[in-house]
Amino acid sequence: MSQPESAIADAQAGGPSDGTPAKGQEPLAELAARHGLRRAIARPSLPAYLRQLWERRHFVMTYATSRNVSKYSNSALGQLWQVLTPLLNAAIYWLMFGLILGASKDIENYPAFLITGMFVFTYTQRSVSGGAKSISGNLSLIRALHFPRAALPLAYTIQEFQQLLISMGVLFALVLATQEAVTWYWLLIPVALLLQTMFNVGASLVLARVGATARDLNQLLPFIMRTWLYASGVFFSIGDKVVDSAGLPQWVADAMYANPAAAYIELMRDLLMQTHEPRPYIWSVCVFWAVFALIGGFWYFWRAEEKYGRG
Amino acid sequence: MAESTEELSRVKAEEPGAPRTDVRVHPAPEPPQAPRTPTVVVDDLHIIYRVYGAATEAEKGNAANALMRLLKRQGRPQMKEVHAVRGVSFVAYHGDAIGIVGRNGSGKSTLLRAIAGLLPPHSGAVYTDGQPSLLGVNAALMRELTGERNIVLGCYAMGLNPQQVREKYDDIVDFSGIGEFVQFPMSTYSSGMGARLRFAIASAKAHDVLLIDEALATGDRDFKRKSQERIKKMREEAGTVFLVAHNLDVIEETCNRVIWLHKGKIKMDGDPKTVLAAYNKG
Repeated sequence: MSQPESAIADAQAGGPSDGTPAKGQEPLAELAARHGLRRAIARPSLPAYLRQLWERRHFVMTYATSRNVSKYSNSALGQLWQVLTPLLNAAIYWLMFGLILGASKDIENYPAFLITGMFVFTYTQRSVSGGAKSISGNLSLIRALHFPRAALPLAYTIQEFQQLLISMGVLFALVLATQEAVTWYWLLIPVALLLQTMFNVGASLVLARVGATARDLNQLLPFIMRTWLYASGVFFSIGDKVVDSAGLPQWVADAMYANPAAAYIELMRDLLMQTHEPRPYIWSVCVFWAVFALIGGFWYFWRAEEKYGRG
Repeated sequence: MAESTEELSRVKAEEPGAPRTDVRVHPAPEPPQAPRTPTVVVDDLHIIYRVYGAATEAEKGNAANALMRLLKRQGRPQMKEVHAVRGVSFVAYHGDAIGIVGRNGSGKSTLLRAIAGLLPPHSGAVYTDGQPSLLGVNAALMRELTGERNIVLGCYAMGLNPQQVREKYDDIVDFSGIGEFVQFPMSTYSSGMGARLRFAIASAKAHDVLLIDEALATGDRDFKRKSQERIKKMREEAGTVFLVAHNLDVIEETCNRVIWLHKGKIKMDGDPKTVLAAYNKG
């Protein structure tokens, strides 16, 4: 079932090359064509590629779970760390920004505001950085086995998604503990997470392809991520700081709100916190980024499918 | 669907060589012995690896030098290209068991990976019938996980579905002979046990074109015998087998044709006796 449908790749490769005939009768490419042989490495058409990926869904899921399990397998507390890590993170952020820096004056229920932002942002950040390493860090796997390469960035995102589900449990508990009430809006949370996951998959596919050839990306990525963190209003309200305090024009704030990470953070805050003021068009922005990133990401990644593995 | 792509590639193949459109009407003469069907065609294959961080003594890898190079626009000097396979062409037919011999670094493993479609060619092409697969799943396994989990993970990585995994599971555990150790992490295994489990997983799937890299028959004497029997069985089931080994006895026993690679080129290609005799002379 995993046979490549090579029509497109053949066309891209400019047809068969004129090799020296080994036995002196006819070019090998023609011999191969006459017997219906296909290029060993060829890019399947996009629908065929998606079908192959669907056939490998068990591998993707098992690979993601296995990575999560093996991550904590050497520690004494084991899988408990999946819960402890987000809890400790939340405690540190609250201590740092809530108590010491005092960023919380104008924002109601700052702990919920901060922790929601942090968890939502961490999900996107870790998916994207994982995706950037997913091809370059798995060359031995790519050089040994056959599977649609998109399975790797996808598995990295699913791994982070599994981690996020645990974080969300911690988040719900914290939000309830900080005097928010459960509302009907909570039913929309899975939809928000789905949209964010679509964006994360797309973004990690793009970075997987870039990271496969651009070695310096892993050095650069932490700085990009930190800039993104500050631009997304994780621990401050963009409207307050950018327009009111810094005196920048309103369009700067609007542009920052339109960036995908900020959009998903704001959406989650709207759903979880009654005191939070909803942004206009927030759903449209979130849906746009999800669809745009997913389709664009798959297309961009698939375009180089046969080149992964050269290093 | 298979037919339509075949048609397409046929049409594509004939475009560049316009004067040769008579191929289908008057088929070119086959190799003299018989009308055998080719299963793998390697056409003037070149493979170039990129290796990073291999600076020569003249260009030391410190930051100042790196900056100077950047300013002088000298590109990426730490990146070396290794021309591992340099223009290899041959045709393998159904029923062939081809041994590949050569010194370390002569490009044997690289050639296998290219046939398997895992390494993109720099130029030239590999044409195959069906999907050739490399016998080996080591890269997909995780040392920190138990044998149980690794069996499942390895089977999925090779493309089996859940039902096939359930069917093969007991067989894999039995064949590997690791017993209750299957519940322990692989990092606790002895090297022999690890090798046995890896081979048991890798050989659980049937293949059209089978590529076997050396160093598979590891473990104690009993397991060596068991694994050689299984390779033999897999060879009988597969259409074409490629075998890389340093153990020339194995090649002489199992292959009907030997290719001698030297520095990425074919030095000799023929029946085992002749080639191995020449190879042994150096």
